[in-house]
Amino acid sequence: MLLAPDHITEEGEFIINMGPQHPATHGVLHLKIWLDGETIKKIEPQLGYIHRSIEKMCESLSYRQFIYVTSRMDYLSAHMNNQACALAVEKGLQIEATPRAQAIRVLLGELTRLSSHLLWWASTGLDLGGITPFFYAFRERETINTILEETCGTRLTQNFIVPGGVMYDIHPDFQKKVKDLIKQFRANYHEYDEILTGNVIFQNRLKGVGYISKEDAISYGCTGPTARASGISCDIRKLAPYDGYDKLKFDEVILSGGDCWARYQVRMAEIIQSLNILEQLIDNIPEGDFLAKTKNVVKLNKGDIYQRVETARGELGVYIVSDGAATPYRCKFRSPNFSNLSAIPHIAKGAKIGDLMAIMATVDLVIPDIDR
Amino acid sequence: MNTPTPYSFASLATGIHAWLRQAISNDTLLQVTEMVITGVCLLVFLVLLCFFLGYMERKVAAFMEIRLGPNRVGPKGSLQIVADTLKLLFKEGLTPNGADKFLFNLAPGIMVVTSMMAVAPIAFAKNFQIWDINIGVLYVSAISSMAVIGILMAGWSSNNKYSLIGAMRSGAQIVSYELSIGLSLITIVILSGSLQLSEIVESQANGWWIFKGHIPVIIAFVIFIIASTAEINRAPFDLTEAEQELTGGFHTEYAGMKFAMFLLSEYINLFIVSAIAATIFLGGWMPFHIGSLPAFNHVMDYIPSFMWFFGKTFFIVFIIMWFRWTFPRLRIDQLLNLEWKYLLPISMVNILIVTAMAIFGWHF
Repeated sequence: MLLAPDHITEEGEFIINMGPQHPATHGVLHLKIWLDGETIKKIEPQLGYIHRSIEKMCESLSYRQFIYVTSRMDYLSAHMNNQACALAVEKGLQIEATPRAQAIRVLLGELTRLSSHLLWWASTGLDLGGITPFFYAFRERETINTILEETCGTRLTQNFIVPGGVMYDIHPDFQKKVKDLIKQFRANYHEYDEILTGNVIFQNRLKGVGYISKEDAISYGCTGPTARASGISCDIRKLAPYDGYDKLKFDEVILSGGDCWARYQVRMAEIIQSLNILEQLIDNIPEGDFLAKTKNVVKLNKGDIYQRVETARGELGVYIVSDGAATPYRCKFRSPNFSNLSAIPHIAKGAKIGDLMAIMATVDLVIPDIDR
Repeated sequence: MNTPTPYSFASLATGIHAWLRQAISNDTLLQVTEMVITGVCLLVFLVLLCFFLGYMERKVAAFMEIRLGPNRVGPKGSLQIVADTLKLLFKEGLTPNGADKFLFNLAPGIMVVTSMMAVAPIAFAKNFQIWDINIGVLYVSAISSMAVIGILMAGWSSNNKYSLIGAMRSGAQIVSYELSIGLSLITIVILSGSLQLSEIVESQANGWWIFKGHIPVIIAFVIFIIASTAEINRAPFDLTEAEQELTGGFHTEYAGMKFAMFLLSEYINLFIVSAIAATIFLGGWMPFHIGSLPAFNHVMDYIPSFMWFFGKTFFIVFIIMWFRWTFPRLRIDQLLNLEWKYLLPISMVNILIVTAMAIFGWHF
């Protein structure tokens, strides 16, 4: 609204600023949109509204501490962010988490993925104008959060992982509750199909909208479900297994549609895959220590480490440069949402305003992860 | 039908009229007094109705969304909506700096007035109608189409880009869907041979049109429900508001009582389209009769006519609320496609069939 006149290039062009406070941007994302009637001509994402310089903060925190700052990046994948940092530190120390800790990490990670995908499903319905699905998803999400709260003490940002393992052992009720959750989820899953997936209006809103080709997805650096919907195999759990994912049986869901509907289906299938992983592991948590022995002050050798994990939104890379001190010399995160966002101006060109909501919903952006 | 039963509203109205006639000798003054009384009664009734509809909407939404809904203020939360109205009354009615102040403040008034005007010809019960105009159907469709002026005015004068987009959407939407509403109403006008709502109700004494008119009338009924949901801007056709896209659409900039007036007019419109659908297709206040069962029919007659009317109306209100809490929103081009490529051609063919039916007397 405060644009200088020379920014308006053509007669009849209409510029709106969507965000930083807008119901559909799910945070403080600011999109400057050039409109021609209802059609989007150009989008310019403007970042920095929630920049907290997490990377810089990491430089002054010890290797045990900096893990927890990352919970506030992609807050819906907080556990996976912590896992990535802990794995990076473990790589530097050349140790591995104990088998029990690995199983607990994977279990909690998949629970987090489930709850993140549930929130995505809820907000996708919400963004497209259906309010009811939200409450159905939150019914299951509440159960997951209760389980996480019992074991980790918190519901959203678990902060449960330490280099070499996890902070505490699991709650005695954990296994029973997760089994109940799986039962509850499988029993209720048909409701998800009935209220949203099977709805004709909903399908028409997603099908053929926001197409990303395989080449585009690669060149924009899309990862996670967004890229897998365009036919790219990019699941880090398969490509570079960590914490024992290689011993588990699950499918990498890859579709070739590339549109919002394909992205939707990928995530829905991933929910089922996460349930499968939970089912395999819940009765087979190895006995033993939940924490490997490490020195009190963790110091990494001089050099650099790169570790990546698959969060609910894609590939999170942690790059640590160490100068041998007790804090990282430089810390850099390759966050999935930043790359996924960069594809939006390209795919939303020529779409309607309503389509932009579908695109943003199915790319599933979490804004604090973009700015960091 | 012209002999009012002792307990009907008509006898009440006649009694008040006779009493006023004794008190006021001047004819014009009498008429004005009666108009004022009717207007005040109508206002109170509509506000109470909107309270009820607001409460009903919340409870229906809660029922659909596996939650409880309002349950704190008053018994079962029934006074929640009163509390909310009080809150809105005390809120500051902001007018944005760049807004066209006159039009900005006029728009909510236009919305409410047009909604309330359309209530006039509706037959609430047997012999209970505010204004039995002989072109009732035409009157209602003419008045209800004026609501678009209020929306355009609100959107344009707000000096907000989201509001402007919302207003432009509503222009396209309401003008389009009026066609389908008109055409589906015409089917019954053809069958009953009258534009007067009271006569349309009378024509259903031996069976409601939805039963008498075979499949074409059912099609017209479905089209009417879809198109009127779009006409009153309710989900899944709430593109003018579309809070996820336009942060509230045409009423983004409104606050306090001005905003409440938009809400009021939305609920009155909801009531009107449901009442019209009930009157035209479901027999208005006519009780449900089955031809060969006189005993059953006699029992049905014992249910007062206003209960029949409100029962049918709230059934349709529930259906429209059900839409809102189940369906996601359409996109603007899909919305216009639905009207121009599906509803309108179907209505046109439907009208031909109904006309043939009326000419050859194929209906019951």
